[in-house]
Amino acid sequence: MALKDITLGQYFPGKTLLHRLDPRTKILLLVFYIVALFMAKNALGYGLLALTLVGAVLVSRVGFKAVLRGMKPVFFIVVFTAVLNLLYTPGQGEPLIAFWVIKIYWEGIRTAFFMVLRIMLLISCTFLLTYTTSPILLTDALEDLLGLLKKLRLPVHELAMMMSIALRFIPTLIEETDKIMSAQKARGADFETGNLLHRAQALIPLLVPLFISAFRRADELAVAMECRCYHGGEGRTRMRQLKYAGRDYIALLLGLALCVAVWCSNLLGVF
Amino acid sequence: METSILKTESLTFSYPAEEGKEARLVLDGVDLDIEAGSFVAVLGHNGSGKSTLAKHLNAILLPSGGKVYVSGMDTADEARLLAIRRTVGMVFQNPDNQIVANVVEEDCAFGPENLGVPPDEIRKLVDDSLKIVGMYSYREHAPHLLSGGQKQRIAIAGVLAMKPRCVVLDEPTAMLDPIGRREVLETIKALNETQGVTVVLITHHMDEAAQAHRLVVMSKGKIISDGPPKEVFQQVEALKAVGLTVPETVELLYELNREGFDLPLDALSDEDCAQALYQLLKKD
Repeated sequence: MALKDITLGQYFPGKTLLHRLDPRTKILLLVFYIVALFMAKNALGYGLLALTLVGAVLVSRVGFKAVLRGMKPVFFIVVFTAVLNLLYTPGQGEPLIAFWVIKIYWEGIRTAFFMVLRIMLLISCTFLLTYTTSPILLTDALEDLLGLLKKLRLPVHELAMMMSIALRFIPTLIEETDKIMSAQKARGADFETGNLLHRAQALIPLLVPLFISAFRRADELAVAMECRCYHGGEGRTRMRQLKYAGRDYIALLLGLALCVAVWCSNLLGVF
Repeated sequence: METSILKTESLTFSYPAEEGKEARLVLDGVDLDIEAGSFVAVLGHNGSGKSTLAKHLNAILLPSGGKVYVSGMDTADEARLLAIRRTVGMVFQNPDNQIVANVVEEDCAFGPENLGVPPDEIRKLVDDSLKIVGMYSYREHAPHLLSGGQKQRIAIAGVLAMKPRCVVLDEPTAMLDPIGRREVLETIKALNETQGVTVVLITHHMDEAAQAHRLVVMSKGKIISDGPPKEVFQQVEALKAVGLTVPETVELLYELNREGFDLPLDALSDEDCAQALYQLLKKD
């Protein structure tokens, strides 16, 4: 795996409707979507949700490829869940396949299929959020949405600041890791062969300098931030103000409608 | 009338003593007075105390002895801390470790945001400072995709957005390639000339120091020479004694003088040097 492939927190700039929605709206929509996803019980509900996602991906123009790429790291979990559900869902009537200790019922297939669909939809919609929202806006929105918790003396601003700095330093530290790796390779270090234990050991000479340099960076950054008059969230203003527009209210209503529709579809009991 | 913006009075500083070791005096009685609007270079070898001095100029470090004043405010006065840091902006060596946000303009806005400036005014401050450093067209880029020189200019813009009267740059070009160095140096000069910002440039590059109006040479925590670059660089022996070199032009004239010629040592540019040699040849 090349380090450059890490898509965490990646953002595809754009000007589509999905990009222009207020980030707070998008986070709330994601919450609605996840709630609806866990409410869905039958094909009609899942179908509605899958269609919504397809529609959203089309609107966002990030492309299905990008969304599917996000699925790669969880591939193992998806397969694992599918197999477990397939084998361990008890069913009524005759098992479809009975072989040695393995008994697969029709219900097992159904649950496994819906489980896989659920995980995939869950991950894709989350990725869609980070693909269409700049990390800064995302942390701003989180800070704003969690504003209520501030009254409970939770350090919301500090958490948001930490998150945005962490995101800011991901590319810098990846670059640094690449450099240290090359330096170690040039001196004969081997990161690619050997068993798991061997490879884990090979990481130590990589991690030690990386950590030391990260601490040094943190120290310098703290001084630089102080020099620019950072003194916590108190009395701080933002250049970019978050503002709900008409489209945000419409989007939120549609999100609610989706939840209701999925709930209703449960009652219909199709398949 | 010339007014002083930065002033140190018999400033001493030592890091707290570690166990079994004696406290090392890093600054040893520094008296410095910097006029508003001037361009001052502080030159010194590693460990001469020049970076420590810089850190005293906006209250990152507080004096162990003596006083530091920033346009009349004592840096030890905690109540004035924000006012002091707003007056004296600071740019460091590694641009990567000064950039806070992952969009250029958001990073520029960081300072004014901390000061509680209203949003539409921040917008204007950000645009103006990005234009001054010539990075306006990159305002929506991600900093990690830019070159070192560009990143450093963004760091400068981030400081400028706070409208400081003085900018202290601590070896801003040490990690840059020659092109980046030139870009940053041009920006610094423009800052001083067109914006009237007082510039204090900490450096160990002779050619950078030579472009300042005033040159302060430090060694072992003390100021050993202070004056216009042309005068300071004539003290070739004194500079060499503390491990510094002089610009190559001065070096050439100095070596010629040692061979028995009598040349003026104040040529800092290639043209001046050529002129001096031309005059010499014409005489013969």
